[in-house]
Amino acid sequence: MKLSTALVTCVIILSGLTASRATTLTVCTTCPATTIRAAIAQAAAGDTVLVRAGFYQEGNLVIDKPLTLRGIGYPVVDGQLTEETFTIAADDVTLEGFKIQNAGHNQLKDLAAIRVQRKKGYIIRNNLIINSFFGIYLEYSGQGLVIGNTISGQATNEMSAGNAIHAWYTKEVVIRDNLLQGHRDGIYLEFVTHSTIHDNRSTGNIRYGLHYMFSNDDAYFCNTFDHNGAGVAVMFSKRITMTDNVFEYNWGRAAYGLLLKEINDADILRNRFTHNTMGICLEGTTRIRYTDNTFSGNGWALQLSGGCDDNVFTRNNFLNNALDLVVNGRLNNNLFAHNYWREYSGYDLDRDGIGDVPYRPVKLFSHILTLAPEAIVLLRSLFTDLLNFSEKVNPLYTPNNILDNQPLMQLIPHD
Amino acid sequence: MLKIMRYTLSDLLRSRWVVIYLSFFLLLTLSLLSLSGDVSQVVISLMNIILILCPLVAVMFGVMFFYNSREFTELLLAQPLRRTDIFFGQYLGLALSLSASLVIGVGLPFLIYGLFASAEVWNFMVLIVIGVALTFIFSGLAFYLALCNDNRIRGFGLAILLWLFFAIIYDGIFLLSLIVLRDYPLEHYAMAMTILNPIDLARILILLKLDISALMGYTGAVFHKFLGSLAGSILAFLALALWVVLPVWRIRWRALRKDF
Repeated sequence: MKLSTALVTCVIILSGLTASRATTLTVCTTCPATTIRAAIAQAAAGDTVLVRAGFYQEGNLVIDKPLTLRGIGYPVVDGQLTEETFTIAADDVTLEGFKIQNAGHNQLKDLAAIRVQRKKGYIIRNNLIINSFFGIYLEYSGQGLVIGNTISGQATNEMSAGNAIHAWYTKEVVIRDNLLQGHRDGIYLEFVTHSTIHDNRSTGNIRYGLHYMFSNDDAYFCNTFDHNGAGVAVMFSKRITMTDNVFEYNWGRAAYGLLLKEINDADILRNRFTHNTMGICLEGTTRIRYTDNTFSGNGWALQLSGGCDDNVFTRNNFLNNALDLVVNGRLNNNLFAHNYWREYSGYDLDRDGIGDVPYRPVKLFSHILTLAPEAIVLLRSLFTDLLNFSEKVNPLYTPNNILDNQPLMQLIPHD
Repeated sequence: MLKIMRYTLSDLLRSRWVVIYLSFFLLLTLSLLSLSGDVSQVVISLMNIILILCPLVAVMFGVMFFYNSREFTELLLAQPLRRTDIFFGQYLGLALSLSASLVIGVGLPFLIYGLFASAEVWNFMVLIVIGVALTFIFSGLAFYLALCNDNRIRGFGLAILLWLFFAIIYDGIFLLSLIVLRDYPLEHYAMAMTILNPIDLARILILLKLDISALMGYTGAVFHKFLGSLAGSILAFLALALWVVLPVWRIRWRALRKDF
């Protein structure tokens, strides 16, 4: 242990020597600097501050010059539930390897464990943040990297909780490999553009695993969202790309895998929605392509509410959902083609893999549900099966513009 | 009473129909299990079958049994035996033989496939208990119908109508009333209507156990809050028990007054 830390120190010193004249300061109980605050004050721009394992209770630490702060053996920085622990107030700051606990909770000031204020070029890496109000708060701070952090909160209700990672008016941020749990939103983005979010796991958050508001031209991929109030909510945003994510077990009375509200021109590719109360809930979404997704074991796979125009659903698998599609209100120009519906019972005489009779994903029972939601108590009863069957034979009530004219006969292999 | 029950039971267990019923459940469960292997999926598939088939078979078999054993019943009535003993003995023998077919037919394959190693034991138990309750309820109702009608055709017709009513027609009326009254808050009405029909009550109890309650939104919340609580589940099972007792009471009432 000691040897390895010594080695790391040597390497850092050596690299520091070769790169520039930057020096390394060490903080520990027996070092020249015993507090982080003193080390930051002594350090010059470009220096590295190494913090040895220990317990540091120093109030609000403001990093006001370009430094690298590195914890060795996860030194504990405690905010005593009153102070913001780290405030990054300079460009090109690196903060890594700290265990930050009990940062202040304050509804008025939105205190955070790590806040970046109007700066860029920051790297926040491999920190453990426990029991904070907001975990990492980025405001007007672009071109940064948030990677490998674990942020665990103990939020119990939506009103008195903060977000694990909160970004406001930032651009070109990369958020990856983080584990976010027990907060209001796992990641909250407002007015965030050209940013990438990938390989995170967001679990057990009260509201959303990931939440976009007024954010354009972003992408998120290869994330897992499970056991949240809703997996991901994308609202009032444009040109968001969503690929290869897993949405599962977002299960509850008002839970969604993915909630889309007033968004347009997005791509939703190769995602997996399993065991959500509602796979995707769409409200006022326009020009969105849903391709190669798999919906299985959800209550409702898709719910389309009013104002959903020009959505294209192709090559998706719909397996074992209680209801594949529920439609509220009038819809225009939505296309379903080449999807695989497990409940499709048509035939394929010319053996081209495409069923010869169209599939109608909206059942009479789901239509009735939009009229009288209480009718859900008759789910899976013989009577509703009969109703659905008679409607299938002779469609009278279900919307006749929603059908898959080319349903696939075979499951589409994804992954 | 016990003697008559034992006699009826041993007579029925040897009969062709009970064996067919048993082997049907055995084959069905075995094939479902070998097709999917996922115990929880099989429980859901079985739910639909049990909810429809148990009442139907109980009703038909109950009526058939009563008419077939009428001469034996008359013979028994000539003996110094109490009427309630004779009819309750026969009813219990009938219901128990059908329940045994269900429990063995469904339970045996599950045991072979390692039920107790999976987390589905309790869901399975609820399913079985409800299947048995439905068997008791509907064989009792059938017995009562047969007791009231000496005309066999009329008896069979009424029995089928009874099943149709509870399995389908009731839900149709229920759904229609929900749509007509949709401007009013209907959660408590829906709950009352559900409890009044044993098949609906059984279905809701199983669905809530299978955690589909989340699908049901606010209505489901009301149900879950009610049936999920101890008092609620006791009341639900009490309602089922009441449904079991109701035909027994009617059988007694009718048996004591009937002129053979």
